Amino acid sequence: MSIGHALLGLLENGPRHGYDLKRAYDERFGHDRPLHYGQVYSTLSRLLRNGLVQVDGTEAGGGPERKRYAITEAGVTDIDGWLGTPEKPEPYLQNTLYAKVVLALMSGRSAQGVLDSQRAEHLRMMRALTRRKADGDLTDQLVCDHALFHLEADLRWLELTAARLDELRVVST
Amino acid sequence: MTELLVAKGLAKAFGPTNALVDASMSVRAGELVAVMGPSGSGKSTLLHCLAGILKPDAGSVTYRDAELSAMPDSERSALRRNDFGFVFQFGQLVPELTFLENVALPLRLGGMRRAEAERSAKVWMDLLEVGDIASKRPGEASGGQGQRVAVARALATEPKVLFADEPTGALDSLNGERVLRLLFDAARQTGAAVVLVTHEPRVAAYADREVVVRDGRTQDVELVA
Repeated sequence: MSIGHALLGLLENGPRHGYDLKRAYDERFGHDRPLHYGQVYSTLSRLLRNGLVQVDGTEAGGGPERKRYAITEAGVTDIDGWLGTPEKPEPYLQNTLYAKVVLALMSGRSAQGVLDSQRAEHLRMMRALTRRKADGDLTDQLVCDHALFHLEADLRWLELTAARLDELRVVST
Repeated sequence: MTELLVAKGLAKAFGPTNALVDASMSVRAGELVAVMGPSGSGKSTLLHCLAGILKPDAGSVTYRDAELSAMPDSERSALRRNDFGFVFQFGQLVPELTFLENVALPLRLGGMRRAEAERSAKVWMDLLEVGDIASKRPGEASGGQGQRVAVARALATEPKVLFADEPTGALDSLNGERVLRLLFDAARQTGAAVVLVTHEPRVAAYADREVVVRDGRTQDVELVA
């Protein structure tokens, strides 16, 4: 998830303060991982440096100065490019799980056990998402569905790997 | 929760093929259990043995402490009609009957008068959100609607256990999800236990726990969360 692009996208609706941007981000995208203030301000500094946002005004309050940021034309062009470019699929074969299965086989531990415990963990997560979906609004449902389809893909890989453990053992040891 | 249905050490062969080798599982009252496994792993055979449709070659299935294979055929048929409900992937509705008549059919077979059976059937169809197509026949509605009618029919007799074998296997994601949500909601409302055979993890995620079947052997991966 590109935080910079997300903040730029939020600024397209009108200028905002850093605090408002964080709140808007967390509401829409940060269910599981809300932004830290530090991330917001460092990202805004970078966007400012790159000319993608500009300071639209400054308010002096009881605390520190509050800057209001606005998206620039270059920022809008940047968002266009980002939205028009498909995301690169993750190289799943390099992930931790694959390494664990191979290392289990190499060390004579139970690779089936690794797969089974991962499978149970995936299903626990899928149940939690399914429950959240049942209680949620349409946005929640779409977010959960996306996660569920990805977890399901992982589970299919776990099943297939379980079925191929004998072959894998031969090439791994 | 009390154990309603218990299978121990089931084995079943079809000619030279061992469909079940050593399968054990239990179902408690009101719980939703997914039976998962790859194609040909024996999960449907396990469901058919649990439901008393198939007799295992070895092992036992007990329902409320009564062993199914020790029952006379008539008693086992009555049990299937009165205490068990079934939903399959295809072809379970009678094409010549309207949806309402289809849902009322098991109630009529149980001796209920026509008007009463159809009144009760309509309540179930409304619950499954297909009350508006009661006068249509299978073939005049979508697959998703047909499956919801099948669920209504399976629940109309208020079974203690609902057996569902890939009930959404022929549906697209959105319709499949709707059928599942309604099926599980209705089962929770009536207190029926559900044994759901599926190879889809997203479908299994609706259940309380899962039993995995591999090469005819069961493996209880996770207890109720």
